[in-house]
Amino acid sequence: MSGPADPRRLVGAVEGADREIVADDLEHEGTLRDEADGAGPNDATSISQAALEREPGGPLLGRRQWPLPKQADPNAPLLEVDGLKTYFTLESGTVKAVDGVSFHLDYGEALGIAGESGCGKTTTALSLVRILPSNATIREGSIKLMGIDLVPKTENQLRRYRWREISIVFQGAMNALNPVRRVRDQIAEPLEARLNQSPKAARKRAGDLLELVGIPRRRGTAYPHELSGGMRQRAMIAMALACDPAIVIGDEPTTALDVMVQAQILQLLEDLRTKLGLSLILITHDLSVIAETCDRVLIMYAGRIAEEGRVDEVFRRPRHPYTQKLLAAFPNIAADRRSLEVIPGSPPDLRNPPPGCRFAPRCFAAMAVCSAEVPPEISFDGVRVACHLYHEGDSGEPVTTAPADAIGATAAVGLA
Amino acid sequence: MDETNGSGATLATSADPADSTDPTEPPTGEEILRLDGLHVHFPIRRGLYDVVTGRAQLMVRAVDGIDLTLHRGEVLALVGESGSGKTTTGRVVVKLTRQTGGTVTFEGKDVSGLWSAGQLRDYRRRIQIIFQDPYETLNPKQTIHDFVAEPLVVNAKLNDDEREKKVVAALESAGLRPASDFMYRYPHELSGGQRQRVVIAGALVMDPEVIVADEPVSMLDVSIRTELLRLMLDVRKERGLTYLFITHDLSLAWVIADRIAVMYLGKIMEIGLAETVIRSPRNPYTQALVSVSPSPEPPGAGLRAKRTILEGETPDAAHVPTGCRFHPRCPVAFDRCKVDEPPLFQLEDGHAAACWLAEPGRVATADGRTLAEAAAARTEHQPEEATI
Repeated sequence: MSGPADPRRLVGAVEGADREIVADDLEHEGTLRDEADGAGPNDATSISQAALEREPGGPLLGRRQWPLPKQADPNAPLLEVDGLKTYFTLESGTVKAVDGVSFHLDYGEALGIAGESGCGKTTTALSLVRILPSNATIREGSIKLMGIDLVPKTENQLRRYRWREISIVFQGAMNALNPVRRVRDQIAEPLEARLNQSPKAARKRAGDLLELVGIPRRRGTAYPHELSGGMRQRAMIAMALACDPAIVIGDEPTTALDVMVQAQILQLLEDLRTKLGLSLILITHDLSVIAETCDRVLIMYAGRIAEEGRVDEVFRRPRHPYTQKLLAAFPNIAADRRSLEVIPGSPPDLRNPPPGCRFAPRCFAAMAVCSAEVPPEISFDGVRVACHLYHEGDSGEPVTTAPADAIGATAAVGLA
Repeated sequence: MDETNGSGATLATSADPADSTDPTEPPTGEEILRLDGLHVHFPIRRGLYDVVTGRAQLMVRAVDGIDLTLHRGEVLALVGESGSGKTTTGRVVVKLTRQTGGTVTFEGKDVSGLWSAGQLRDYRRRIQIIFQDPYETLNPKQTIHDFVAEPLVVNAKLNDDEREKKVVAALESAGLRPASDFMYRYPHELSGGQRQRVVIAGALVMDPEVIVADEPVSMLDVSIRTELLRLMLDVRKERGLTYLFITHDLSLAWVIADRIAVMYLGKIMEIGLAETVIRSPRNPYTQALVSVSPSPEPPGAGLRAKRTILEGETPDAAHVPTGCRFHPRCPVAFDRCKVDEPPLFQLEDGHAAACWLAEPGRVATADGRTLAEAAAARTEHQPEEATI
């Protein structure tokens, strides 16, 4: 997949209006009240200067009938996370689940976050909207959405952003949907609660959303158990789109589904992205989903970033040994069937992570320096990699063999 | 999982088989298990109203006539989406579900009629099953040792020493080394991958000959999956096991299986050597499955176009479509598919496909193109280049 040709800016398109809205058209939006957030000049109008080019024939479904946050900075990137640290406090110690993660997300871009279980992928995502368990706190760092730092916001102020600017599609649709409420009403709920829409208007939009994700409108009266797994996942996506958010986070959105249904859902996400100019963050341990859907990928290991860059670059020429092994361990129908590799050991206990590079105990190329110093992040044409094999000013050619002074993996293979 | 590799060992080195797994040869081991015309139909409960109004009894045709032969030492993967009947087939094999028609033959003996615990004692010792979810298979209040030892306590007259030896051997075969580190732990103290190893040890402890593995790695992380697949292949080599590997993921089947059978709505659509089924599938359903199978290679523009995403979902097995049961979703269906059900046409090397397009001697498709042309047009997907 090629990246978005032009980074799209969010723009208002008044429902029913059959034309593009440019900055001038939106000035009246300043009169709309936005009660949740503090005062501030309404910058929403200028955001739309780069007017969204509508896909030929694609219905925009009233994209953005409501204003952006008042403090939004039109020139800021959509999302910028810097030095994020989220720790869990347990009786037995502090789990450094996310330990200094920085990344950004552009308008209309799809970013994949990959890694094994327990690498902090989900915690990173949940930190963005702060729906963390009660024993987790964001210790450091900033999360800037359109230039607004979400970290210092109070719970109450955050409600303005959750679901309205950033929404989440969870993995188990059966668990995420309320079993005793009709699907349509569940989708309408955030519209009534967050956007003060009338029940009738909310229900109509819920119907539109269901059609957008490929569920016939009349099926909206069904209860979750009456829908198949794929349909439930579609309903979850419709719900995430309800308030027309800028960013949709998919937390393992296709993991429990059949391959064919998974392909359908990925296709749907892809369509929605082009149709609505959505920005996506996909969290999954399934690298094929990321290869299929994303522009950029973030490989996480033990709470830190191992490698980050464009999907085609990172997947075709992985630099970090962890990325290399992760890719080699993926059952691939297009590759030789007996060439599957195994990564020895398992991710470290994050209460007491190994010093230096956290992957060193499992790394075939580990050197003495690896367990002594934390590797800095080095950039090579758009790829960021945190590994001692690479140095500033190198050619950046991927290293696939252990260097002469390597000690090799020290982890007990297969067992934690 | 200790000795071999720092990191680089592959499935090839450990599962390397001078024996049965040359992927280009059909399996030569003797036949160990055979299913003939297996049917499993579940009646749908009718209410009083339905009975009074004379509404016909509907049947869910979970398995609708399949023939399958398992050879000693091979890994046969049964692949299909939810509702294809693959799990039901596996349950019939281990005698957890009664078939409504057909026979199960084990080592030349018809075992379809055996149902009492006494009759099944020997059979159950020799055929074991591994379920998908290790969290539910294990009893949270039972130690690992007790879980693994239980079948021995029930089935085998062993003294304590012999039993301990068998438990330790099973745990170590399953890669839990040293066994003493794990034996007296409880399931919650283990990771997901370790739990599934315990389940495998529980299946191994009776020295079975056939293991039915029902989605054994679906709940696990990708990197742990590989470890377990390799473990399963190692154990096969070590103990001469035969696997019926049930999965919805064609790429897992590709990695582990010698032969692959693709099921759809209770029928086998295609069966053959893994190489053949994946590299040159003849049934359009298999072709679609192969085209959407996950691959971590970022698709180029051309690759993406080759994917065939089928519309809709597997129909309800109570309302099986007429003719070829795949025809409502088939991208190349023609008139005959709606009326006649295609038999499993035997092609070369044990490869067989249930599709009218695979009929031997067939030279043209419904629209007058030759098969090769139709196939070329399908893969290229570029109208201007398609042969007319």
